[in-house]
Amino acid sequence: MTIKQVSVFAENRSGGILDVIQALGSAQVDIRALSVADTQGFGILRLIVDNVDRAKAVLTENGTIFSITDVVGVKVPDCPGGLAQVLTLMADHEINVEYLYAFVSVSGSSAYVVLRVQDNDEAIRILTEGGIELVTEDEIQAL
Amino acid sequence: MQNYYQKEIETASPEQIRAWQDERLVKTVHHVWDNVEFYRKRMEEAGVTPNDIQGVKDLHKLPFITKDDLRECYPYGLLATDLNNCVRIHSTSGTTGKRVVAFYTQNDIDLWDDCCARAIVAAGGTEEDVVQVCYGYGLFTGGAGLDGGSHKMGALTLPMSSGNTDRQLMFMTDLGATILCCTPSYASYLAECVVERGLKDQIKLKSGIFGAEAWTEEMRHDIEDKLGIKAFDIYGLTEISGPGVAFECSEQTGMHINEDHFIAEIINPVTGEVLPDGEKGELVFTSITKEAFPLLRYRTRDIAVLTRKKCSCGRTHVKMSKPMGRSDDMLIVKGVNVFPSQIEMVLLNNGLTSNYQIIVDRKGHTDSIEIRVEMSPDFFTDKLSELTAKEKDIVSDLKSVLGIYAVVRIVEPKSIERSEGKAIRVIDRRNLYQN
Ligand SMILES: [Zn+2]
Repeated sequence: MTIKQVSVFAENRSGGILDVIQALGSAQVDIRALSVADTQGFGILRLIVDNVDRAKAVLTENGTIFSITDVVGVKVPDCPGGLAQVLTLMADHEINVEYLYAFVSVSGSSAYVVLRVQDNDEAIRILTEGGIELVTEDEIQAL
Repeated sequence: MQNYYQKEIETASPEQIRAWQDERLVKTVHHVWDNVEFYRKRMEEAGVTPNDIQGVKDLHKLPFITKDDLRECYPYGLLATDLNNCVRIHSTSGTTGKRVVAFYTQNDIDLWDDCCARAIVAAGGTEEDVVQVCYGYGLFTGGAGLDGGSHKMGALTLPMSSGNTDRQLMFMTDLGATILCCTPSYASYLAECVVERGLKDQIKLKSGIFGAEAWTEEMRHDIEDKLGIKAFDIYGLTEISGPGVAFECSEQTGMHINEDHFIAEIINPVTGEVLPDGEKGELVFTSITKEAFPLLRYRTRDIAVLTRKKCSCGRTHVKMSKPMGRSDDMLIVKGVNVFPSQIEMVLLNNGLTSNYQIIVDRKGHTDSIEIRVEMSPDFFTDKLSELTAKEKDIVSDLKSVLGIYAVVRIVEPKSIERSEGKAIRVIDRRNLYQN
């Protein structure tokens, strides 16, 4: 039970990321979560959106370089040490987390976190067995 | 086991090869002096007479001939025999200006066919083979050359010419073609079709001879894997005959030049100075057995290296590297010769595209070189660590190929300025030629 992340290549110049955000916005694609990783030269924009197919179409038309990556979305218990609980599970099972970022949720009391790992199935199994609730694609659309 | 088409020639001693070259060069110089006003004039201007050329050691005394000369002499200016003795022409696919037309007597064609037959046999060809020639037939030399070679060595020839992939694949499977001759890009395309259509079990190909354009080792491995063959390179120019001037053997480490027909030199493209074996420079050919269209010291503008190491195939003729670039594109950065094609090769080998731009600049007295290359879907990943590692690989590959450090900057698609659809390759901000 993974969710789809849109990863976009952007040059590190003023307006580089803005172009992408604007293109998605004008096509009524809603951004649910976003993170940027960059070097001096370029950046990678990682997005969770409400409509992946529409995002794909817009970015293709725009000539943007992007990829769709399966990532794991988890509901972090809304209590102190909630995220630590998730990361401890990963560390205990030697699952290397490539990157993670948080997710804003308007309603509800959970915080959402996106995890990028090598083996999604393995991570999902461990998380589920550890009693962590996962986020589904449907829930993201409904957010 | 090694097979040769003309064993005694292909494995002759270096002394024997030199003796043939000496004798044939002297004869050719007399032949053009007697029959071609252009050569007589050029030689007079250089203060050379045929008597000054006693052998290969005197070759450097002769003036060079360039593609521009060939264009100016269009159509008959360099013809060295009576037109009645000629039986065919071929012509280059020049995109600008006048074309170059080369003439052939029957003997010229016979010798050219021999060269191509040597290439096919070196690629494992025998009388039992079925040679599928999908180079273009017509003015282009590709089809005619390999077709002639295949006839000479007695294989069954499928004169397919280029295009019509469905028909190519039909004959390839139905008639059991064993040797494929075409451009490397078309070979790649055919290989992809074979995989996609699940035909690999139905083809009998064992080797391929691919030339007429630049290709990488990666392409070679890809074609070899997909078709289950050995892929061989072949080199030639319409100006000096066509394919078969040089061909690859089982060692696949360079192409043996048919030295009994052509003398190869490597020169410094700027000064014209002849360079020793092993040095990189412009390839120059002198054809020494041609009747209709002999060329003395023709500057190919291809950059290559000659090596005379003993080859495991037993052939003794000198080997040339794959052309590494064009002399007209050469840049001198930090005193080092840099060819855009070398950079392109590194980028392609690392999964990027040929949409790149080289920016050369000078700060104080130090040159700098930056390579901007457009991101490609194949190269992109969502992991920053992977991308930076891949970027570092390119920098280190460039360092080892060029010998100097180059900055690499990966940019967004379509962000490099284009002229007529092609990325502008080189921007030199050094103003070196400003008086
Ligand atoms: Zn060899």
